[in-house]
Amino acid sequence: MSAGAFWIEALAAGLLILSGLFVLVSAIGFARLPDFFGRMHPPALAYTLGSWCVGLAAALYYSFLEKRLALHPLLIPLLLSVTVPVTTVVLARVSLFRGRIAGGGDVPPTLAQRTAPESKPGGEES
Amino acid sequence: MRLLNTLLPAPWLSGMLLGTWLVLARTVTPGQFSLGLLLALGIPHLFPKLQLSGIRLRRPAVALRFIARVAGDVVVSNVAVARDVIRWRWRKPASRFVVIPLDLRDPLGLAALALVTTIVPGTVWSELAADRSALLLHVWDVQEESDFVLQFKARYEQPLREIFE
Amino acid sequence: MSTLLSFAIPFALGCYALASVLVLFRLVRGPRAQDRVFALDLLYFHAILVVMVIGMSHQSDHYFEIALAITLFGFVSTLAMAKFILRGEVIE
Repeated sequence: MSAGAFWIEALAAGLLILSGLFVLVSAIGFARLPDFFGRMHPPALAYTLGSWCVGLAAALYYSFLEKRLALHPLLIPLLLSVTVPVTTVVLARVSLFRGRIAGGGDVPPTLAQRTAPESKPGGEES
Repeated sequence: MRLLNTLLPAPWLSGMLLGTWLVLARTVTPGQFSLGLLLALGIPHLFPKLQLSGIRLRRPAVALRFIARVAGDVVVSNVAVARDVIRWRWRKPASRFVVIPLDLRDPLGLAALALVTTIVPGTVWSELAADRSALLLHVWDVQEESDFVLQFKARYEQPLREIFE
Repeated sequence: MSTLLSFAIPFALGCYALASVLVLFRLVRGPRAQDRVFALDLLYFHAILVVMVIGMSHQSDHYFEIALAITLFGFVSTLAMAKFILRGEVIE
């Protein structure tokens, strides 16, 4: 095995280990934190570095295996970076909305004017 | 020029569709290229409601620098949030809601801002005021609220205003 | 496959499995509906990562399409569930 092949596999292995560790830390945070809005932050670790590391490792590995440029594994983190904000923002809004209906004062009041849910840009979900 | 505009209402979207198709197909044979070209030209015409035409990126250089900055911030705040999760038993982060007054009005710019704040760990876009004058953001760890607002506006809002307005 | 990758792939898969167990704990515990929807979204995401890493360990490119399909299914189902607990309707 040539030296270049060794370094490519070492880099891919390192990226996989890094991704595993970040996903584990994000899940620990998600299971352990006490309130919903605090819990929204740790999964972002997995969604960003967790997925990009796996995508990069797979792209490197398939490029090396098939002896040509293989960019297609990077499409998954790219797609996730568009879809994940939409679901996260909708869930944050759900939590605010339900918290205000339930009362209890653990969520802040609406900003100045009452915002209609449709006025939010970014998610064309309807 | 007029013909080009009606044929190609959204050049950025068409380019990205063609690129994605070729990456998915994993080959650049003439057949796949023409199929991708057909999709790239056809799909923008199928969705007139998205109002894709007329989008112009004012400053490509600023946009590229902004993407690089966001990538750097993602890595930095990933490490910061991971460290806070690990030592959560000993030190609780000061998580709270922050209201940020906005000067950005362009809907696409606001959509980009929502994407960026949600993608960067440590901030979650929570609500936008109906008149788009303020934004409710949940922040993982904020020491001084006024400092955070100033830094946020300079770091993310200012480049987006340059790009989209 | 080198010894490095034959160590890293089971390690990453083990991390994802452990993370999924922790997320399952949150899914069962709740306490509210939005916590459960978020936990399901994370489980979808772990499934994507597992499929991609298994594809690497089998040196096969075909797992990529499965991962892409799971990404899209996860997006649509999470959005539908979030919309349902927001309004009680998915399509208005």
